[in-house]
Amino acid sequence: MTEYIIKNGHVFDPVQGIKGDEADIAIKDGKIVKDSEVGKSAKVIDAKGKTVMAGAVEIHAHIAGPKVNLGRIYRPEDKLFTSTPTKGLERTGSGNSIPSTFKTGYEYAKMGYTTAFEAAMPPLFSRHVHEEMRDTPIIDEGAYPVFGNNWFVMEYLKNKEIENTAAYCAWLLRATKGYAIKVVNPGGTEAWAWGLNCLSIHDPVPYFDITPAEIIKGLIEANEFLGLPHSMHIHPNNLGNPGCYETTLDTLKLAEGYKAKNKFGREQVMHLTHTQFHSYGGENWGNFESKSKEVIDYVNKHKNITIDTGNVTLDETTTMTADGPFEHHLTGLNHLKWANVDVELETAAGVVPYIYSPDIKVCAIQWSIGLELALMAKDPMRCFITTDHPNAGPFTRYPRIIKWLMSAKAREARINSFKNSDKVVSATHIAGIDKELSLYELAQMTRAGPAKSLGLSGRVGGLKPGMDADVVVYNFNPDIPVTDPEQIETAFSRAAYTFKSGVEVVVNGDVVNNGNKRTLWVDAKVKDNPLVMRDIKEKFLKYYSMTQSNYESLGHHFVPNPFAIEVDATQ
Amino acid sequence: MKNPPALYLEADTISPDWFAGKTAAQIAELPVYEGNTPGKLGDYFEITGNAGPTATDTKIVVKGDVKKIKYLGMKMSAGELLVEGSPDQYAGAWMSGGTMLVKGDVDAFAGIGMKGGELTIEGNAGNYLGAAYRGDWRGMAGGKIFVKGNAGSDVGMYMNGGEIVINGNVDVHLATHAEGGKIVIKGNSPGKMGGQMVEGDVVIFGTIDVMMPGFKYADDVELEVDGSKGLFTHYIGDTGERHKKKKGQIVYGNLYQKI
Repeated sequence: MTEYIIKNGHVFDPVQGIKGDEADIAIKDGKIVKDSEVGKSAKVIDAKGKTVMAGAVEIHAHIAGPKVNLGRIYRPEDKLFTSTPTKGLERTGSGNSIPSTFKTGYEYAKMGYTTAFEAAMPPLFSRHVHEEMRDTPIIDEGAYPVFGNNWFVMEYLKNKEIENTAAYCAWLLRATKGYAIKVVNPGGTEAWAWGLNCLSIHDPVPYFDITPAEIIKGLIEANEFLGLPHSMHIHPNNLGNPGCYETTLDTLKLAEGYKAKNKFGREQVMHLTHTQFHSYGGENWGNFESKSKEVIDYVNKHKNITIDTGNVTLDETTTMTADGPFEHHLTGLNHLKWANVDVELETAAGVVPYIYSPDIKVCAIQWSIGLELALMAKDPMRCFITTDHPNAGPFTRYPRIIKWLMSAKAREARINSFKNSDKVVSATHIAGIDKELSLYELAQMTRAGPAKSLGLSGRVGGLKPGMDADVVVYNFNPDIPVTDPEQIETAFSRAAYTFKSGVEVVVNGDVVNNGNKRTLWVDAKVKDNPLVMRDIKEKFLKYYSMTQSNYESLGHHFVPNPFAIEVDATQ
Repeated sequence: MKNPPALYLEADTISPDWFAGKTAAQIAELPVYEGNTPGKLGDYFEITGNAGPTATDTKIVVKGDVKKIKYLGMKMSAGELLVEGSPDQYAGAWMSGGTMLVKGDVDAFAGIGMKGGELTIEGNAGNYLGAAYRGDWRGMAGGKIFVKGNAGSDVGMYMNGGEIVINGNVDVHLATHAEGGKIVIKGNSPGKMGGQMVEGDVVIFGTIDVMMPGFKYADDVELEVDGSKGLFTHYIGDTGERHKKKKGQIVYGNLYQKI
């Protein structure tokens, strides 16, 4: 493989504590190495006056699978005027909030992202998820299967059978080539099959007679029993409703007393995703207000929790979630088209287009809440930037969010141009925050932090010798004061160079190599558990619409380049 | 037109907004697509004359067989566009101003998502005239479309403003999902008009073969349409839909049929 040395760039690497000092980064055989280990023939990249970081890590986005594709199918208008023609190595692409797979890979790589996780894989359709990930070039990907409304999980946890739950989780992760335990509206999505929902953590799930609180605690315990690289990853109950922050705090409190048990350096036991959607006060849309402070204060004090923001980008987008009842609620609010799918014993999904208009007070408050969370987080290693793509906005808007976070001037200009800016300011904290994110903090929130939360801290998210050579160079000189905030957005939109596992994949914002994409999954070994294996066999015979042998994702067709992270829970 | 394309030509650059401030030579360089192959306007058309400094004072005349030309006058905001033939789909789509006159027929999706300006078709119009793009809920919102001949099906789907006048007959599914605007039909309709219509007016002078069951008789009213007065039967609908209230009154879609 070609050796590289990236010379004289301003390096920001939280893993080694480098805060913008000029340094050289050397790449050999797909890994970062000491400068002395590359030969004289190494290709020199001049990064003088530029910013150098590790490749960014996307912890939560909906980028592959049946729900994403449903959005693509029923929103042809999302493709209108957004097609990108064939160019060099790049295949044609289309779509804005729900881009085609190829465009998804290219756009991430061009912004300097090298690893991304699909946030909600319906286990029954894992084959579809893997086929789409296979066709998303360059970036390494993994997917989180959903467990929070799964019949097996609810039946085992009702009887407090943690070991059986863990054995089932390990089986499902292997069958679907999944990465982590994802929970979406625990119990609520199953209740939706009865036309109900669980809006608090104590609402019982019909038939199963279990509460969301029991599901959440049980899955935390199963996760730590297995010692998985990532923690239980939760989209809690009561998403998106005024006053939902109380449910969020109740959910966070369930993690109290639990400590992470794993060999990957992960410290949290719960990852709270798209926190913006869960930090709402008020009783109705009229007195809707930000409760970001209440939520982030709790998170700041509790080290066993990580969060991501779910920033609203003020765009037209497509909401999609396994929270079926929420999407029905949303279509009742905006009266736009609605799609709903039930996934047998496992989950459900809904899709509704949404326009976050800066002229609507609620949307502007949502925009403020997302930024407040990132700006008020005391530990940037535990708060990560996402848009919950495409729910709060397309992932392609990350550079714009970075601009808002790094420039109080850009935020002020945005606030002043809101139609209801006075009302927005009085319902939020954003106008009183003058903090501007540093590049070091940005590297923590988009690289080292999510990598650590995912149990990948030894591999990605940093530039320490021995780590994967995922490196990005931005046309941004930290020595020169920013006069126009647009410079920030421009610089982070298109990387000068992106390296993925030591391969130069992007040069001057253009894709030059399709890299060597991998699928990350977790292979957890547990003691033989004949009871769980019998239950699985029985459920497939009695209830599932397909056979067990057609269920698994395996082989070259689905996972052509797997990277299994092994966990031993047999002891 | 000097070299008719073998495949359909996507020529959204034939619009006063693109031509403004350019010489004939510069206009010939404007990009077009034939199928998936990029090309130049000058490869297909002989271009004479110069454009005005702005779109408002630019007038374009398109001559020759334009049956395979899509997107003529797309998104034009001002100026004049005269098409002497019968263009393919999307003529005057998303127009926001200016005037476009087509001497022949237009194919489907003419004037979709139109916001302003005037589109006149001297021949017949195809399906989805003044409608919304596939999957979209934002149909014609402003401006005026006038058709001297007949129009196809799905006219004014998701229309929420502006006016469409059709001298001839229309096909089924007119004003489906309409949320505003006005459609006048001088001829006849086979029916299925106003399905899921929540607001807006449809005026028909001829016959309706099958009425939608969601419409009910309200009253007989005298209306002045296009300068002539007459008595019309007034139906309201679609009663199966969610309707908004204005000043305490439920707003319905209105269907007026000449008595």
